[in-house]
Amino acid sequence: MGLSQDEIFEKVQEALVDALGVDDDEVNREATLVGDLGAESIDFLDIVFKLEKSFDINIERTELAPEDILTNGEYVKDGAVTAEGMAELKRRMPWANMSEFEQNPRVQDFGNLLTVGDLCSYVGSKVGSDA
Amino acid sequence: MRWFWIDRFTEFVSGSHARGYKNVTLAEEALDEYCPGYPMLPPTLIIEGMAQMGGILVSEHFQFDKHVVLAKVGKAKFHQPARNGDQLSLAVDLDAVQDTGATVTCLSHSGDQLQAEIDLMFAFLEDGRFTEGPLFNPGMLRDMLRMMNFFHVAVDPDGNPVKEYTNI
Repeated sequence: MGLSQDEIFEKVQEALVDALGVDDDEVNREATLVGDLGAESIDFLDIVFKLEKSFDINIERTELAPEDILTNGEYVKDGAVTAEGMAELKRRMPWANMSEFEQNPRVQDFGNLLTVGDLCSYVGSKVGSDA
Repeated sequence: MRWFWIDRFTEFVSGSHARGYKNVTLAEEALDEYCPGYPMLPPTLIIEGMAQMGGILVSEHFQFDKHVVLAKVGKAKFHQPARNGDQLSLAVDLDAVQDTGATVTCLSHSGDQLQAEIDLMFAFLEDGRFTEGPLFNPGMLRDMLRMMNFFHVAVDPDGNPVKEYTNI
């Protein structure tokens, strides 16, 4: 049996509060991990460890941080993700809402793409969610 | 001053845990200035000792092939000061391992009293990105481990002595 959306959110919230030292009420579904919650690159490793333990899942590095796509000349041109690159990102990260990023897909903005809601969707895709 | 904040390993099981001692003595200058008039080992140096022990635990798990650095102190609770004359019993357990980092949980006891609880996260530096070559001069880490009785007690998960690493 999967977890409910609320159960997933609560555990993700707990992981983020613990990893980032933010307050519960700052961690809402719309908050971006980098811009709103102040996550730095090293924090993502911490978040991965906490989510793996909390949900008993394995998280591959490239699932949350598709650096291989963003540094691939085939998918990036003049600092922006190409149409092929966007297709690859969507295939890799179907749980992420890329509608805003897609309008101006500059690689440098990708780091601030992920929201708490995206992270919940990602975890849901790993554990199964009673949506 | 030597930057050693563990005195001796008493137990080491590869990929699992490490145990050891840190003796706190008045001969250490570090005790003088943290709280003048009340000598104590600064808590940050207890974290450093745990990081040294945890870093060795993580490094050995990867045959000392990775550049392991302390990346984050997840938790640090100190229940009592570490004063001169105290012998801190340090216990470090490997918690989780990824190909990009690892976490450990650490306890420090003075006698039967819990002295500190510390969670640490280590990251692995990518060769060429932040560093070139080894973090230690040849033989330096091996000498340090010998002084700390590491090779007297270190065993692999089957209980066999760990090999004498030649890359440290």
